Amino acid sequence: MMQWETVIGLEVHVQLATRSKIFSGASTAFGAEPNSQACAVDLGMPGVLPVLNESAVAMAVQFGLGIDAEIPEVSIFDRKNYFYPDLPKGYQTSQMYHPIVGPGEVEITLDDGETKRIRVHHAHLEEDAGKSLHEDFHGMTGVDLNRAGTPLLEIVSEPDMRSAKEAAAYLKAIHSIVTYLGISDGNMAEGSMRCDVNVSVRPKGQEAFGTRAEIKNVNSFRFVERAIAFEVERQVELLEDGGKVVQETRLYDPDADETRSMRTKEEANDYRYFPCPDLLPVVLDDAYVDHLRTSLPELPAEKRARFQSELGLSAYDAGVLSATRAMADFFEGVKDVCGDAKLAANWVQGEFAGRLNKEGLDIASSPVSATQLGELVARVKDETINGKAAKQVFAALWDGEGDSADAIIEAKGLKQVTDTGAIEAMIDQVIADSPVQVAQYRDAEPDKRGKMIGYFVGQVMKASRGTANPQQVNGLLKEKLDALC
Amino acid sequence: MALEPQDVQRAAHLARLGLDDNDADRYVDDLTRILEMADQLQAVDTDGVAPLAHPLDATQRLRADEVTETDQRERFQRNAPAVENGLYLVPRVVE
Repeated sequence: MMQWETVIGLEVHVQLATRSKIFSGASTAFGAEPNSQACAVDLGMPGVLPVLNESAVAMAVQFGLGIDAEIPEVSIFDRKNYFYPDLPKGYQTSQMYHPIVGPGEVEITLDDGETKRIRVHHAHLEEDAGKSLHEDFHGMTGVDLNRAGTPLLEIVSEPDMRSAKEAAAYLKAIHSIVTYLGISDGNMAEGSMRCDVNVSVRPKGQEAFGTRAEIKNVNSFRFVERAIAFEVERQVELLEDGGKVVQETRLYDPDADETRSMRTKEEANDYRYFPCPDLLPVVLDDAYVDHLRTSLPELPAEKRARFQSELGLSAYDAGVLSATRAMADFFEGVKDVCGDAKLAANWVQGEFAGRLNKEGLDIASSPVSATQLGELVARVKDETINGKAAKQVFAALWDGEGDSADAIIEAKGLKQVTDTGAIEAMIDQVIADSPVQVAQYRDAEPDKRGKMIGYFVGQVMKASRGTANPQQVNGLLKEKLDALC
Repeated sequence: MALEPQDVQRAAHLARLGLDDNDADRYVDDLTRILEMADQLQAVDTDGVAPLAHPLDATQRLRADEVTETDQRERFQRNAPAVENGLYLVPRVVE
């Protein structure tokens, strides 16, 4: 049986979070009335001239710096010529030969904690096209050009990925970098980040690449894995049956979970690239690039490393807590207030993330702030409350029953009882009320008694309404029960 | 480099220009002469000369990222042969 190796390269299109378009002053806001944000430049009216948006340039360079890429001094816009109704000019302004970002690298983390470096060939600026709506308009196609001219950064990887999981991890890493930098909202559902996947297979050990298929329309992390899994199986089956893979563009259909040939016309695309005469070469001097470099925020890979080395978190915790900037900022907020990184990590990933997940909320819409959670965790740390009470306080904070952990602890009387006398009194009462269980305990083999003590602990905790210190209850109960034996 | 009529028809198709066969023959001659001039230029030794992206010795000015355009849909769509619900309508594009 032949062993096959999968080879994957990704082209990721990221919509940059500028206010206006890349070459015009029309708004890029999502969800506006059709064609209400398409100006004369976007429509390709005669006589208009594009003027490049400085934020689009800065964002592209920030991305380049974020992946340790070369930033060439000169980059040049070219025209990619083709006809389609959602491209009114008849060409897309792009960068074919001199992209704004040169070769760089992205580190990905796999499930087993292993890391791998994926090379980025380059990233270039270009404009997005409009949208064609193929619903029935009396046999016509409807065109909305609001998206036309939205700045895109196309990030082209080298064919360095060897599995669907690696491809998904790479896409997540790109998503993480662009959202950390704040250069895109990264919203895949709204199309702010889109992905084309190049997939081929080759016999294991063979140097030469196999013929690749390009899969379009892969617009979620999950679909990337599924589309690749399907495509690899299709290609391997084809080759093992003596067939050949055709170089072509295929479309991923998430409903059918398959890729289908787009039946491109006989003629290969001939885009006739040439330098755009309307745009001059973009020249970025060292001072400009250095200025952007110094204002770069801490990026996910650096944060993950710092969470491990400085805060002593596990690789897993550091990975989860640095995955998005919102998560990392929230965690650091909690940690700064409570002063204990490990406790903060447990609470953010446990109770907090669990509740967000359950309610389908993101961090930005959490009713509990990082400061509020930090104050709660501080009370766990200084043993004002025990773990059980802390969960009650958290639920109360979430439901808006109080502004701070301290206020809720006070109002609900959840302060942990550590007074030995008070706990002993409760224990004596429980023992007096449970003659049957005490008799069973006394008659049990000594090595079985450990398990039986649970009943008494539960009763005492109940009597204290959850506020007794569980360790103390355990210790004192054991002493008192064993004295009866 | 001599062009054939089908080269001209192909270039015309890519540019979505309709040519009849007489036109095509005429363009074969015109374009061939233009390409001959290009061949002459190609013969110049340009080793060590950086390709020129633009004839002007100037660099691209950038504009501030501000929304300066207002909604002119009404006026633009007066030019369009067919619109509906704010959309431009075009002959059906089948993928």
